[in-house]
Amino acid sequence: MADFQKWRRSESAQGLFLISPTLGFALLLLAVPLIMVVALSFWTQDYLTLDRTFTTANYQTAWTEPMYQYLMARSLKISIFVTAVTVLVAYPVAYFISFHVAPKRKAMWIFLITIPFWTSYLMRIFLWKVILGYNGVINGTLTGLGIIDEPLSFILYNQNAVVITLAHAWIPFAILPIFVALERVDRSLIEAAEDLGDSGLRRFFRVTLPLSMPGVIAATIIVFIPTIGDYVTPRLVGGPNGLMISNMIELQFKKANNAPLGAALAISAMGIVTFFALVFLWMNRKYVRGPS
Amino acid sequence: MRGKIGFFRWFIGLFLLFLYGPAILLPVFAFNTSSIVSFPLSGFTTEWFSVLLTNGTLHVAARNSLLIAITTAIFSTLLAVLAARASTRFSFFGRRSIMGFVMLPMVLPEIIIGVSLLVVIIQMGFELSLWSITMGHILICTPFCIAILSSAFMNLDKSLEEASFDLGQTRWNTFWLVIFPLVMPGIIASLLIAFTISLDEFIIAFFLAGTEPTLPVYIWGQLRFPAKLPGLMALGTVLLLVSIGLLLIADFFRRRGIRKTGIENTGGFL
Repeated sequence: MADFQKWRRSESAQGLFLISPTLGFALLLLAVPLIMVVALSFWTQDYLTLDRTFTTANYQTAWTEPMYQYLMARSLKISIFVTAVTVLVAYPVAYFISFHVAPKRKAMWIFLITIPFWTSYLMRIFLWKVILGYNGVINGTLTGLGIIDEPLSFILYNQNAVVITLAHAWIPFAILPIFVALERVDRSLIEAAEDLGDSGLRRFFRVTLPLSMPGVIAATIIVFIPTIGDYVTPRLVGGPNGLMISNMIELQFKKANNAPLGAALAISAMGIVTFFALVFLWMNRKYVRGPS
Repeated sequence: MRGKIGFFRWFIGLFLLFLYGPAILLPVFAFNTSSIVSFPLSGFTTEWFSVLLTNGTLHVAARNSLLIAITTAIFSTLLAVLAARASTRFSFFGRRSIMGFVMLPMVLPEIIIGVSLLVVIIQMGFELSLWSITMGHILICTPFCIAILSSAFMNLDKSLEEASFDLGQTRWNTFWLVIFPLVMPGIIASLLIAFTISLDEFIIAFFLAGTEPTLPVYIWGQLRFPAKLPGLMALGTVLLLVSIGLLLIADFFRRRGIRKTGIENTGGFL
């Protein structure tokens, strides 16, 4: 009893006590629901009646049916493209803010970059349709300037449009971690590299880039994982060939009324994405850090 | 050297155009007389804004969204204060994994959260309602609030607290008299961020909406009708101005908080 009294006054007990409501909420609304989705994916549904006998049939369908395989591969491809485009564009922007903007103005620039993110999410996607469309802003400008005769048709209702729109939505989330990592790079190390005779580009690849890699890795993970779950962007700008696995998950849960299959698809997608993210992290640890 | 700066100028210019493209077009079409959302523009009008004032369904959806956003802001900030205080002040068993788990919704695809909450609500036999959306929103907003509040609590000087104890104050008084005023700006920033995220959230709301729509769910329904688009542009413009206003206020308080604790301002939100 005395021991318990002592423990109750310890740091550990106070911390746990303080965090328990938040943890409890997350357990109740995140852990329990996720476990239920896993359980559901091993059950079957016939119209409205749920059969609770254990079966892997949903996973067999999800992994062998060509349509689902195809959608999954396409989603993965689009997500990888989006991540690559986002990080490649975000890095120079973050670099610019960290190295070429006066310290006093940095906060303003970061604010400037996050503002478009607060435009209504649905409206932003819809406006990309207006920009990329057959009679849209880009085609109008290009024909007006006499650069092209026929409107470009390869920019809307396909995977390119999905990649552009998603990259636009996620770019602030990629810039911020890279910026934070670049801010932490010790400027004297770059000067040292300069003194030792490294030219601009060599200095960048041997000092700045490796030191900012944690930010690049964080940006990649932050963009890659949630991108797979977007069903609105593909629906609005993707056309029939731009649909992704999330559209199928949504369909199964809503109109098709086959929640167990939807659950199996959702868990499969999550598993594949997590696997790719882990492989990416592992490769970074192995090849980028180099001999220490 | 000049070539390098020149490259950056061009790159950043194009990037800002890309970034701001949709946000600039929104008010352009909101004030355009044509009911077709495309160029060339035909004339100036404020008609689409006055349409908003008389749209009853829109008002119901807006009221639902406000109700959800206010509830979400209060509860996610409360949960986040507890978590941020616990994780920055105390070291306890499993702190890293508990915090990792609580922050998980930040990287989880929203469709997963929407689907899993939907499954639980249906399995438990509850009705879908505004409450189910609120629960989902609290779940996804809490990590953002924790991120903001952690830095507010982390910047606190522990010696201020000790000084308060030495001067004979109780734990409870110390919190209210010393800690709370210092983290107040962080709390306001957290409330506003959660409010803004919840107001605009669609993916989870669409999964969990019953018969009562939120504002984004209403917008989604209207996007199908070309005649409604200019009105939506006007609505989008209003929402954008509200969001930017709230964020400017949040940023003001965040900066003030940083100044109070005497640390140089380096970053922005998130």
